Amino acid sequence: MQVATWYITISICLFIVGLFGLTACRDLLRRIIGLNIMGSGVFLLLVASADRLPGRAPDPVPHAMVLTGIVVAVSATALALALTSRISRPYDGE
Amino acid sequence: MNLSTAATADVPWAVWAIALPLGAAAAAFVSRRNLAWLGVIASLAVSATVTGLTWQVWRFGPRRYSVGGWGAPLGIDLYADGLSVLMLLMTAIIGVCVSVYAVGYFADRSAEANDDMGVAHRDNFWPLWLFLWAALNALFLSGDIFNLYVTLELITLSAVGLVTLAGSLTANAAALRYLLAALAGSLLYLLGVALLYASYGMLDIASLGRTMTPGSVSAAAIALMTVGLALKTALFPLHFWLPPAHANAPPPVSAVLSALVVKASFYLLLRLWFDAFPNVIALNAGSLLGILGAAAILWGSIQALVARRLKTLVAYSTVAQLGYLFLVFTLATPGETSTAWSGGVLFAISHACAKASMFLAVGSIQHAAGHDRIADLDGIGRQLPLTFFAVALASVSLMGLPPSGAFLAKWMLLEAALETGHVWLVVVILAGGLLAAGYLFRILGQAFTPSATAATFFVPRSMEGAALALALVALSLGLFSAPLLDLLRLGEIHVGNTAAAIMS
Repeated sequence: MQVATWYITISICLFIVGLFGLTACRDLLRRIIGLNIMGSGVFLLLVASADRLPGRAPDPVPHAMVLTGIVVAVSATALALALTSRISRPYDGE
Repeated sequence: MNLSTAATADVPWAVWAIALPLGAAAAAFVSRRNLAWLGVIASLAVSATVTGLTWQVWRFGPRRYSVGGWGAPLGIDLYADGLSVLMLLMTAIIGVCVSVYAVGYFADRSAEANDDMGVAHRDNFWPLWLFLWAALNALFLSGDIFNLYVTLELITLSAVGLVTLAGSLTANAAALRYLLAALAGSLLYLLGVALLYASYGMLDIASLGRTMTPGSVSAAAIALMTVGLALKTALFPLHFWLPPAHANAPPPVSAVLSALVVKASFYLLLRLWFDAFPNVIALNAGSLLGILGAAAILWGSIQALVARRLKTLVAYSTVAQLGYLFLVFTLATPGETSTAWSGGVLFAISHACAKASMFLAVGSIQHAAGHDRIADLDGIGRQLPLTFFAVALASVSLMGLPPSGAFLAKWMLLEAALETGHVWLVVVILAGGLLAAGYLFRILGQAFTPSATAATFFVPRSMEGAALALALVALSLGLFSAPLLDLLRLGEIHVGNTAAAIMS
């Protein structure tokens, strides 16, 4: 089995595990973690795709994409966690 | 061409259309003073840049601009053609009206007890709304699929923030549900992007259109991106997150979400299917989207018929009306600009104006009455004549009666359905119009039922005026559709190039 195929298989598996966590779990924290696992799957695929031309220097574009993607994922996770804590601990005066 | 024309032709309006709302959002976030003035002035300035860009595209055709002179693939290319300019104009018109409405809504303290909103929440409206506007403009101007992912996420983050401004527990729960659904949609889309980049090594939509070949990876990428964007556009049966989020947000936010945010992901889907995927798409896939669209029309309308709250009714009406947009994928052939394609875009613009007006007017009603239970709204129509005039005019557009833009758009869709032999879609389109009349008359009928109570209601003029202005725009779109359709055809150059490249 080629290395590239391994990477693709593992990323798709991670994505599916995350998607399952997001859709099947009721617990909000687990669902947010599921989203992050989905994201990791995509990022792994992108990092692996940098080695498109064997024997040459890796392609920098997917690395730029993964960096951007991580920033987006962090902000989205922060927002989701903030909302979760607000829902679980409703403040007075509601 | 004289010298001054040459000079204005070189102004990078596309960049300003993104940088200006972004800068204004940052300023609003920092300053916290005179936010209303800042917001309205920024909205007018953004509209001016969009007008400048429209003029450029009208005069010189589709334009491409490399930000910072870097160029693709490492830099970011902005691309503007007829379709993107029309979307920007739609956003600008609705943006100005929503901003004017928001000034009145957030300044009016008379109904403070009715809203759960604290002062801190009010101040957050302007930065979030201007961020959202910048993200929308960036999406309509982006030409590469990864940059489009980033703009999608920016839209999601600011839109979810806006929903939480309502402050109630229900609104926060709806916002979280919306966030999780939208993030799942974006990640499905991003996985598609990763697959496309891994197999073709490019991100530009036009280049992908020339290079993509049928195969299992292409098919998987198309499926992932389509499902992700359909989830974000709330296509039946992936619409579960929309009604709670749109019905519980503050009125100016509901208007923006229903009118613009769902259109952004639809626009992207349209771009991908007709510019990037035309020689790879299987015909059955388009039929499937059409069937789901038809189901959305029927299901959304039925839910609107039985809704108890006014805003829930309007939110389900959005689910139904979004269904019409997906009929385009059945009726139009990828790779060419056809009647159905133009009809779909016109429908999107017309629905945006009418639905924004509807949500603003319904927001005024809720603001004045303190609730939006349909059964308890007897006789409110006489108290708020201007608002109900807006509701009636917006209803004409939503039902698709002449002379509204929606009438013309539905006519174009019907024509395409008859031409391509999809008689069942003709039935669905006509039934959708009847059902819309059914649920919209529920509002008007209840509001003009004589009531015993003699409560007086008051709504600031700017709120009533903004809703009415948008209703008038939606109604008159049918009269001014010729220049709009001409502008839309400026994208044909782009699509035509792609088609020609496929043939050679």
